Amino acid sequence: MEFQMTSYKRCEVLKTSGRIDSSTAPKLEEAIKNVTDRDIFKIVFDMSDVTFMSSAGWWILINTQKNCKRYNRGELILVGVAQNICESLELVGMGSYFKIFDTVVDAVGFF
Amino acid sequence: MPTTTFPGQFDSLGKISDFVQGVSDAAGLNASEAYAVQLAVDEACTNIIEHAYGGEGVGAIECTCEPTSDGLCIVLRDHGRPFNPDAVPEPKIGAPLEEVKPRGLGVFFMRKMMDEVIFTFEQGENVLTMLKRKSG
Repeated sequence: MEFQMTSYKRCEVLKTSGRIDSSTAPKLEEAIKNVTDRDIFKIVFDMSDVTFMSSAGWWILINTQKNCKRYNRGELILVGVAQNICESLELVGMGSYFKIFDTVVDAVGFF
Repeated sequence: MPTTTFPGQFDSLGKISDFVQGVSDAAGLNASEAYAVQLAVDEACTNIIEHAYGGEGVGAIECTCEPTSDGLCIVLRDHGRPFNPDAVPEPKIGAPLEEVKPRGLGVFFMRKMMDEVIFTFEQGENVLTMLKRKSG
């Protein structure tokens, strides 16, 4: 699993593709840690090319959200979440934990 | 009734998902229903590896899929420790973010994604039966 990171003035954009399950979730955790270790807590996760997300992945994103929100105006924002993934997030009742934008431009503009 | 056996390790999860996607398509589930089945099976297999077997590479996961008149039935079997779903706490979803904990998320996801989720322990095997009904 490959990650692309792009630094903007006010936030960092992280992008990956494919499945996030118990096999790949540790790599997502490590990629996010590489961002937060630099004291960056305004993070955009571009999920446009993510096709699957299990609870192992959601737990990492929830933990990241908790961590980010401890800091002034820090937040993890999701972008381009596939309809199936979005539906599953709503169905388990965790949709309220994340802002979801259609495009990276919108998400970066939020910060 | 296709049955396939997979090694109980996390890198099997993608292959298991592909298998389940194929049978979901054959059973006539729509994309949303098929994704729900994939997610439930992924959570179930992760639980088998982590809790029934206590780690990767310990035992196998047998997956049987059977189309029914109104949907799809999936049966997962393992030879690990008996799994007691009643011992798993229900996560406090909807609670403030700070109070959400990871334990129990997998079983919670399974119950939300599927119409029936039945855990039994038969002749030394955990047998998990899950049903997904087609809409319309």
